[in-house]
Amino acid sequence: MVKRILAIVFILIIGLWMAKGLDQVSFGEDRMLVGKYYLEHVKEDTGAVNAVTAVVVNYRGFDTLGEVTVLFIASTGVAALLWRKRRERTAKTDGSVVLTTGAKLLLPFVMLFGSYIFIHGHLTPGGGFPGGATIATAFLFLYLAFTVYEIDHKLFEPLEGIAGVGYVTLGLIGLAIGGYFLFDWIWQSWGLGKENIGRLFSAGFIPIIYILIGLKVGTELTGIIDNMVKEPEEGGQ
Amino acid sequence: MNPYYFASIALILIGLYAILVKRNVLKMLVGLSIMETGVNLLLISVGYVSGKSAPILSEGITPDKAVDPIPQALVLTAIVIGVATTAMALSVVINLYEKYKTLNVEEIRRLRG
Repeated sequence: MVKRILAIVFILIIGLWMAKGLDQVSFGEDRMLVGKYYLEHVKEDTGAVNAVTAVVVNYRGFDTLGEVTVLFIASTGVAALLWRKRRERTAKTDGSVVLTTGAKLLLPFVMLFGSYIFIHGHLTPGGGFPGGATIATAFLFLYLAFTVYEIDHKLFEPLEGIAGVGYVTLGLIGLAIGGYFLFDWIWQSWGLGKENIGRLFSAGFIPIIYILIGLKVGTELTGIIDNMVKEPEEGGQ
Repeated sequence: MNPYYFASIALILIGLYAILVKRNVLKMLVGLSIMETGVNLLLISVGYVSGKSAPILSEGITPDKAVDPIPQALVLTAIVIGVATTAMALSVVINLYEKYKTLNVEEIRRLRG
């Protein structure tokens, strides 16, 4: 009880301190510096309509490569931490009729929606990360609904690797053509899609990279789900 | 006090409370995730410019009618890193449970002696 009261007092002090600090930050005030440059030049620099996507994939592409690496390390780490000689699904019964039928029926549509999100990342809100998470949701449905279902590891693990290698390869081609890593050679050297900004075939390599990121995130999150759902057999370590 | 700032501070404090007071490791992790949400909301609301719309320059949205895209891009990164760390932490928790058959931090500390 004393611990709880102490915690509440401590939290209130921190809250007061944060509120005092934020009191001087006025809400809704225009304090853009770099953001203004990005907004004004995003169309000619990258061809993307969605400025957030342009910042994430084009202006700060190296950062996103690091982000994808962090996700890859996390998925590898989950696999390493949960590694046992024998791991199996331990659920005794399938899900209810609603869950099994729903998972089977919705699977193609959920995957279609996920691919829509990451293919249209340069036009609409969303992109590779939410799209990949949506695709992983489809597989999570299958894992929840069926006791024996398991993803095809021979398909998923190479796909993950190919997506990651593809991202780096695109960056290296940019290095060869334009002189720096992740140079947008499709847009700036070739000028493909200059006349249809705001339509699907524009924005240089942003859609290609987001498709690769979507595949990578989808397969990685599915791998994490697969690792977490399986449990070691009784008695066996 | 602005409601967005208030809500984000409240979320951060609720998460901190869960981390400090709860003894179940899973509940502490939930607290960590709530804190993360609060920080993300704070970043987004600092980047908001009143009266302007999302930074998607489709028809009718000129660059001077859009909010700052940088906090949103950074929060996108933060969300993904948050998912990655949560997954790592959850697998550590699974290992803890397999070893000690409990998730109570005080009992785990006692079992270790």
